[in-house]
Amino acid sequence: MRYVKPESFEAAATLLRDEDGISRILAGGTDVLVQLKAEMVEPDLMVDLKHLPGMREIVAEDGGFRIGAAVSGAELGEHAALKALWPGVVEGVELIGSSQVQSRATMAGNLCTGSPAGDSVPAMVTAGAVARVQGPDGVRDVPVIDIPTGPGKNSLSKGEFITSIYLPARPARAADAYLRFIPRTEMDIAVSSAAVSLELDADGVVTSAQVALGAVAPTVLLVKDAGEALVGSKLDETAIAALVSAVEAACNPITDKRGTIEFRTKTAGVLAKRAAHIAYTRAGGQA
Amino acid sequence: MKTIPVETTINGDSTEFLCNADESLLDVLRDRLGLTGAKEGCGTGDCGACSVMMNGRLVCSCLVLGVETQGAEIETIEGMAKGEELHPLQRVFLEEAALQCGVCTPGILIAAKALLEKNPDPTDTEVRYWLAGNLCRCTGYDKIIKAVQTAAAEMRSA
Repeated sequence: MRYVKPESFEAAATLLRDEDGISRILAGGTDVLVQLKAEMVEPDLMVDLKHLPGMREIVAEDGGFRIGAAVSGAELGEHAALKALWPGVVEGVELIGSSQVQSRATMAGNLCTGSPAGDSVPAMVTAGAVARVQGPDGVRDVPVIDIPTGPGKNSLSKGEFITSIYLPARPARAADAYLRFIPRTEMDIAVSSAAVSLELDADGVVTSAQVALGAVAPTVLLVKDAGEALVGSKLDETAIAALVSAVEAACNPITDKRGTIEFRTKTAGVLAKRAAHIAYTRAGGQA
Repeated sequence: MKTIPVETTINGDSTEFLCNADESLLDVLRDRLGLTGAKEGCGTGDCGACSVMMNGRLVCSCLVLGVETQGAEIETIEGMAKGEELHPLQRVFLEEAALQCGVCTPGILIAAKALLEKNPDPTDTEVRYWLAGNLCRCTGYDKIIKAVQTAAAEMRSA
């Protein structure tokens, strides 16, 4: 295996495009190095990008934040302004792994690794987060929801990688929340999960809502009608019931050792309901 | 495989070593530098027995490549005592028997020290969550949590 720290994003993209063998990108390494150890993959080329400009920075931009692809979960959690703007995104990232893993794991890695259960992904989707992708032919911005295409797969082509993720600005009365179900209290993979992002008017009526689910389909699901069910409400019982049935209808999970189809579907609805209430309270709404 | 020269600082000493591109920091510490305090439990970042500090952050050294530590500051369990004087955490772990086989202990001490530097007065719950990535198969954790709290109290009053 060759280990390379390219001089620039362009050089990295060209290097990755021209590699005939197996290449891997190293950011936090919490997935790649596990795969190496397990001999699931034996890369010919490992490209480390952490030293490149902006990769380890969180920068305010147009009222939102641009987060470098190598920013760790711990660094994200220590950024008070980002946490205040997108608490659900940050709490999703902070659920990934142990304190040790938090020191290294990144949102971009969690996204690109393509796990249906990636804890940072649903809240990034409800936030309308956009990934900045560098490739051999230049830079393009891709909505986060378009990155994962199935378990272990993503839509990036050869030579492409994420350099940053942008979380946009939002109005004052807005917030998000993320919840997952695991059978333990810590250090586990989501059996199902839900993120909810809400905007409220001055009276506490929901004007805009996004709902996304994790671990209940091959990729993260943005459930449009679940969000629409909340619009115009103050999360009364009717709106919540409509949210839950839209969520349950959207679920398309598998049965495996961690949960059955029925269990995942049921818990996704419950988590969406609870996340909606948390987001509503955080946004300053009073039921 | 061609070895790569790396310059780093370990426990305050500038250190140079050669390693393969796919060699973990844990293997470098143990097999090339003779620092065998960090243990390999799982090798996949689940057990925390290989915990070290890298640039002030707690990491599993099995999930770091040796070549990534170029220019980095590494702290291992070997640097925790000051000469003959044990760190309060080390001493209290012995006094309160917060270990049995001891394989997880170096990692737990490094992790607990990192917690107390960040949060000198944690609740039991905070200690338990922070140490969730450090597995112990002997003690049942109770004595570990108590020892961390005893050491924390002592360090606060020092």
